[in-house]
Amino acid sequence: MGAAGPDARDAMAQEFRPDQISPFFRPNGTANPNTPEYKALWRNGFADWRLRGGGLVERPLALSLAQLHAFPHREQITRHDCVEGWSAIGKWRGVALQRILDAARLRDGARYIVFRCADDMGDGRGYYESIDLSDAFHPQTILAFALNDEPLRVANGAPLRLRVERQLGYKHAKYLMGIEALASLEGIGGGKGGYWEDRAGYDWYAGI
Amino acid sequence: MDSALPQRKTVLRHRLPVRLWHWLNALLLYVLFTSGLGIFNAHPRLYWGQYGANYDHAWLVLERFGGWITLPARYDLAMSRHWHLTAAPVFAFALLFYMIWSLLGGHLRRDLAFRRGELAPRHVWQDIKDHARLRFPTGEAALRYNILQKASYVGVIFVALPLVILTGLTMSPGMNAAWPWLVDLFGGRQSARSIHFIAAFALAGFFVVHMLMVLLAGPVEEVRSMISGRKTS
Repeated sequence: MGAAGPDARDAMAQEFRPDQISPFFRPNGTANPNTPEYKALWRNGFADWRLRGGGLVERPLALSLAQLHAFPHREQITRHDCVEGWSAIGKWRGVALQRILDAARLRDGARYIVFRCADDMGDGRGYYESIDLSDAFHPQTILAFALNDEPLRVANGAPLRLRVERQLGYKHAKYLMGIEALASLEGIGGGKGGYWEDRAGYDWYAGI
Repeated sequence: MDSALPQRKTVLRHRLPVRLWHWLNALLLYVLFTSGLGIFNAHPRLYWGQYGANYDHAWLVLERFGGWITLPARYDLAMSRHWHLTAAPVFAFALLFYMIWSLLGGHLRRDLAFRRGELAPRHVWQDIKDHARLRFPTGEAALRYNILQKASYVGVIFVALPLVILTGLTMSPGMNAAWPWLVDLFGGRQSARSIHFIAAFALAGFFVVHMLMVLLAGPVEEVRSMISGRKTS
């Protein structure tokens, strides 16, 4: 906090009224991971799905959907801006990432949170994304399990996806399987911090 | 022999900041327009309001622009964005400094401000007729901007360029969190994107007319004066 007011890093993304929600929230990227593992989880209503939390944490986690639901919820109506240029407004419900990270207790040296996904974009390379701790602990950064008052559909990332509201759509990893706290992004994927960052040269910081 | 020649006078027509900004803009606007079309090609549809995607009503749907006018020529959204976002801050701050210099240095008051009587309908109409007949001022009169020139320069510097920069800023989700009033001012992000596109094409229209005028007024002399700053009447 400076004398001039709150740090720009604390700024909140705009939130909207229910009547401003897009009639249809456009899915993008993978519409269905379609792997045998994912199909098995889906058939079972994601009862066997676990969100694994690891890396530089004191207490590694494996949370079921029911356990996630037991955390306090946050609901937000926000605008999703795709790097391609389109926007869609939706109402998200989920758990603040901060609560999960507090439960796992980050160890010293953790600087990034990496998100592992169930989809591989058809080229064998798993989708993944990463954010820094400033965005990870932002109050609007949530792991969402519901869109517009319904459980997340497969096209939108069922059973759980990231919302990191001050960045472009490709950062909002879908089909979450695991989150990891890391000191560096170098050893992960192609080393640039995300699937599109590695493959197409998109910027790691997608706030612009 | 000398006395037989008409009296020729060399005057300073364009001061150094005008010339520097002019050529910097020529380069940056080229990069920004062509890389902007490359970005637009990722989703060549425009909407009004806060949101807009494939299932929503678009007021404009275009085919992708061809490689001859996009940067890079092949479709590469990441590279188009790199070009665009590298050029944009230089372009924005150059305009800011140019505005301050124009205001403090007297360029605005001396060269661009409308004078008494210039805005009278009869005077404006006369200037339109002269342009339509391709009758351009010569001698002393050619050393000053005419009313249509002033209006288009003022419109570009104080309306179109600020508009394209401010709507461009609202494309950034980080900026929208920091300055939500700016995106509200334009009626939402998709409206801002539409205005960004319209302003870019207004600038492209200015460029076409500007080139036409230079060609008609004498391209060699005009380009020389924008390099050396001097003009002979």
